[in-house]
Amino acid sequence: MIPLSWYLMLAAALFAIGLFGVLARRNAVAVLLGIELMLNAVNINLLAFWHRSQQLSAEPHVTGLVFAAIVFAVAAAETAVALALIISVYRRRDTVVVDELDLLRG
Amino acid sequence: MTSLQIVFLIIAAVTLASAVMVVTARRLMHAALWLILTLLGVAAVFATLQANFFAVVQVLVYIGAIAILIIFAIMMTREVMSVTGPRLNRGWGWAAAAAAGGLAGLVAVLSTWQGFQTVLEPLPSGSVGVGALGEAFLDPNRFAVPFEVASVLLVAAMVGAIYIAVDRKVVEEQ
Repeated sequence: MIPLSWYLMLAAALFAIGLFGVLARRNAVAVLLGIELMLNAVNINLLAFWHRSQQLSAEPHVTGLVFAAIVFAVAAAETAVALALIISVYRRRDTVVVDELDLLRG
Repeated sequence: MTSLQIVFLIIAAVTLASAVMVVTARRLMHAALWLILTLLGVAAVFATLQANFFAVVQVLVYIGAIAILIIFAIMMTREVMSVTGPRLNRGWGWAAAAAAGGLAGLVAVLSTWQGFQTVLEPLPSGSVGVGALGEAFLDPNRFAVPFEVASVLLVAAMVGAIYIAVDRKVVEEQ
């Protein structure tokens, strides 16, 4: 009843908002929040296409669900490691502003 | 317009508005709370797609674990989080242009695809059970290997996160 295009537009808009957050925010945790938004947009796309392939054929399709589950696992792992890095950087440098973390600048 | 479509539009509006608040909120704690509302909206979108299992997992994993983890990290670095000064880069105009350009490009490419206007019909009950998903994950000929790799990734991330975040000065003093 809902067109596939609505889901794709919603996911594209959510992805663009997340991309803006990743590129524009100065705080490392805010950058991480942007990445979470992008991952959620991808999951909406995966499940929308899973629904489409499910309604086109009678056999049960689970490939899209498997993709979404893997994205969930990777997102959880990525958040844990990223927050550990941010806390470690905060201890050593007393800042979480990404502009000021220029140790690798040439 | 059916009632389901109206519900979807409301959910989408709430999700996108709170996503905008996530990337523009001045205080990071507010951004994290807006993120929870966004994740709830995405869970509702999953429910409209009849991916019921993933709607539940979204609430459990994203809101119950990831969002709480982020709030913990914000509280542990609170003095820095309340720092004054701009919350956006100097080049945020370029970032906005890149995001808008990416969105326009995505929509332009997608709208040329012939299946773009496909209407998603309700699936017959029984075709969307989690049983089939569980069997696929444990079948060696299908997705057992990705499943195990995901488990190893989670363990490695957990061990790595503990190793990175541990305070060595405190450990050496003991």
